[in-house]
Amino acid sequence: MATQIFSAIFVIIIGVGGCVAYFWGANKLLDLVFPSRGVSGAAAVDNLRRQGLVRPWLFVGPAMIILTIYLIYPVIETLRLSFLDRGGANFVGLANYEWAFGDHDFRNSILNNVLWLAVVPAACTFLGLIIAVLTDKIWWGTIAKSLIFLPLAISFVGASVIWKFIYEYRGEGQVQIGLLNAIIQYFGGQPQVWISLPFWNNFFLMIILIWIQTGFAMVILSSALRGIPEETLEAAVIDGANPFQIFWKIMVPQIWGTIAVVWTTITILVLKVFDIVLTMTNGQWNSQVLANLMFDWMFRGGGDFGRGATIAIIIMIAVIPIMIWNIRQANKETGGH
Amino acid sequence: MAATRGKSFAGRFGVHIAVLVFVVIWTIPTLGILVSSLRDKDQIVASGWWNSFASSSQTEAGRLPAASAQVQKDGKYVIEGNIFGDGAKRDISAFGFKAATPTQYKAGTAADLGDGVTLQVNADGGFVLASPKAFEGDRGQRVYFASSAPPKFTSENYNAVLFSEGIGRSFMNSLTVTIPATIIPILIAAFAAYALAWMRFPGRALLIAVIIGLLVVPLQMSLIPLLKLYNGVGTFFGVPSKTYLGIWLAHTGFGLPFAIYLLRSYIAGLPREIMESARIDGASDFEIFVKIVLPLSFPVLASFAIFQFLWVWNDLLVAMVFLGTAPDQIVLTAKLNALLGSRGGNWEILTTSAFITIIVPLAVFFSLQRYFVRGLLAGSVKGG
Repeated sequence: MATQIFSAIFVIIIGVGGCVAYFWGANKLLDLVFPSRGVSGAAAVDNLRRQGLVRPWLFVGPAMIILTIYLIYPVIETLRLSFLDRGGANFVGLANYEWAFGDHDFRNSILNNVLWLAVVPAACTFLGLIIAVLTDKIWWGTIAKSLIFLPLAISFVGASVIWKFIYEYRGEGQVQIGLLNAIIQYFGGQPQVWISLPFWNNFFLMIILIWIQTGFAMVILSSALRGIPEETLEAAVIDGANPFQIFWKIMVPQIWGTIAVVWTTITILVLKVFDIVLTMTNGQWNSQVLANLMFDWMFRGGGDFGRGATIAIIIMIAVIPIMIWNIRQANKETGGH
Repeated sequence: MAATRGKSFAGRFGVHIAVLVFVVIWTIPTLGILVSSLRDKDQIVASGWWNSFASSSQTEAGRLPAASAQVQKDGKYVIEGNIFGDGAKRDISAFGFKAATPTQYKAGTAADLGDGVTLQVNADGGFVLASPKAFEGDRGQRVYFASSAPPKFTSENYNAVLFSEGIGRSFMNSLTVTIPATIIPILIAAFAAYALAWMRFPGRALLIAVIIGLLVVPLQMSLIPLLKLYNGVGTFFGVPSKTYLGIWLAHTGFGLPFAIYLLRSYIAGLPREIMESARIDGASDFEIFVKIVLPLSFPVLASFAIFQFLWVWNDLLVAMVFLGTAPDQIVLTAKLNALLGSRGGNWEILTTSAFITIIVPLAVFFSLQRYFVRGLLAGSVKGG
């Protein structure tokens, strides 16, 4: 343990120190190669200009190198691998894609992903919006929001353990220590093994993500609601609108943009959902999703990189529309800058 | 939505109730593992955690001492003692001598075992087995009893999990991964963000567009090529392919687009006059960055640091691909996942381990919530 702590501190210093040393050293070097102080005026101007040409690249250089290695190259390589066989040696054309659409697990994953996409973003946004509206009206709203927001800090694995404990099933005649089965039994129902009920188990897994992400939706929407000008709400009240109308006709339209952002953010998260399925069922009982299927193929029997890459590409294709929308949106915002 | 009426007393009351219901639903799951992690491990399976402050009752079986323990008393052969021996005493409510009817007799009454043999078990565990004839054999009488134990809370689970299940070691591993994987991207992103916001160079607009595009690229796209790359590098240089350096760089790469995006939009919004007056005073870009931009950007740096810290700490996927599963590398999330497989029914271990893994994020979250929320608001286009 002690050596671990020591070596951890040592490597932390090396890693972070290396970074600091690069920026400081590269900059120092540039000043030395093109000195701007202690040389004649003309040379100083010349050197300053040269510094100005080089320095931006010193600043963005490390970021560009890392982005290229860790994101840009892999995207291209994954696309290439999806046309190759399991070892990546032979070109197989669209065989992996053909396999995918004929494969039972893959089709099941697509179906489940669609189910997740239909339920989770909608549920999170809807619950988040309701809680945001309600908590704005009461004096202990901040505390309430903190508590609902809290699961966002918990890992998916941790959340899975938390919920697995709630779904826990004990055999007939034993004391039910899972909250859900205890409640069901209290009302005279039959305890169930919730996570192995085909089809419905998807929803029990979704609840975990909804539990985590509602706080996110709530915080973003709550701040958007506060941005609504008081006058529009007051005018609506004076005109005799009831709270229901105020909510749907005044509040919701004004924060429509924010709702879209929350929705798409959770959508992307759902496409990548992995940890929850891995830890709860590992795709058994028809609960497989794409991200977990991909992980499975990546290591199954030494790893089938062709099929794994194909599944990754399918996830990517689903994300592309959102990506384009984001870039357009950003260009619009920074258009003048 | 009738509850939002807000003007009437009933309406306002409804709002309070509705919020309370939400808060309870959102809090109870976490409360469940916290309470369970502090309970005695036998009690966890004997009663639901919501009953943990009440006595838990269970039915047990025991065997009385054999014939050799008998004494003669008032013309009878008697075996006396306490069912719990020297162990912890519990309250016995009922007992029996047949497995089919383990709670046939109330504590304190005498049961007739036939042939004039009587057995009395008292609430405190004391028993008297009496017979007109001498007991024989070296196996004592079987006895069943329902006992209730007072609520028992203990920190034993934490000791067990931290030191013998390897969670303590994993905790250190998680810290080893998380701290550099938080600091390195901040440094790299801050320099890049400053250049993208305030320096002129060709290709800047394109670079910004690429970074925004990369914000939503799923992690899954990177895994296989990087795994191949790491294996290749490992074989080529004859070094292990799963290293802490490898995972720091991976987390740096995956966190960079968001870091640059978040920092750039903040740094671009700093007042131009400050930069320009510094430049007129002869400060270089490096000096402006270190002496002016960095201190002014503290709030956004803090926001990103919290994000990245939580992200890396809570990550399972990257750790499973780029780190080994040996005790010197396995992080908390991966360890918890492994325990779910190997200790599936041992809830005292699972709940305690889970609580240990979420303590750090919760502490960070509660102490720095302000920055966390600010980061969320500024960066909500990111896919998480």
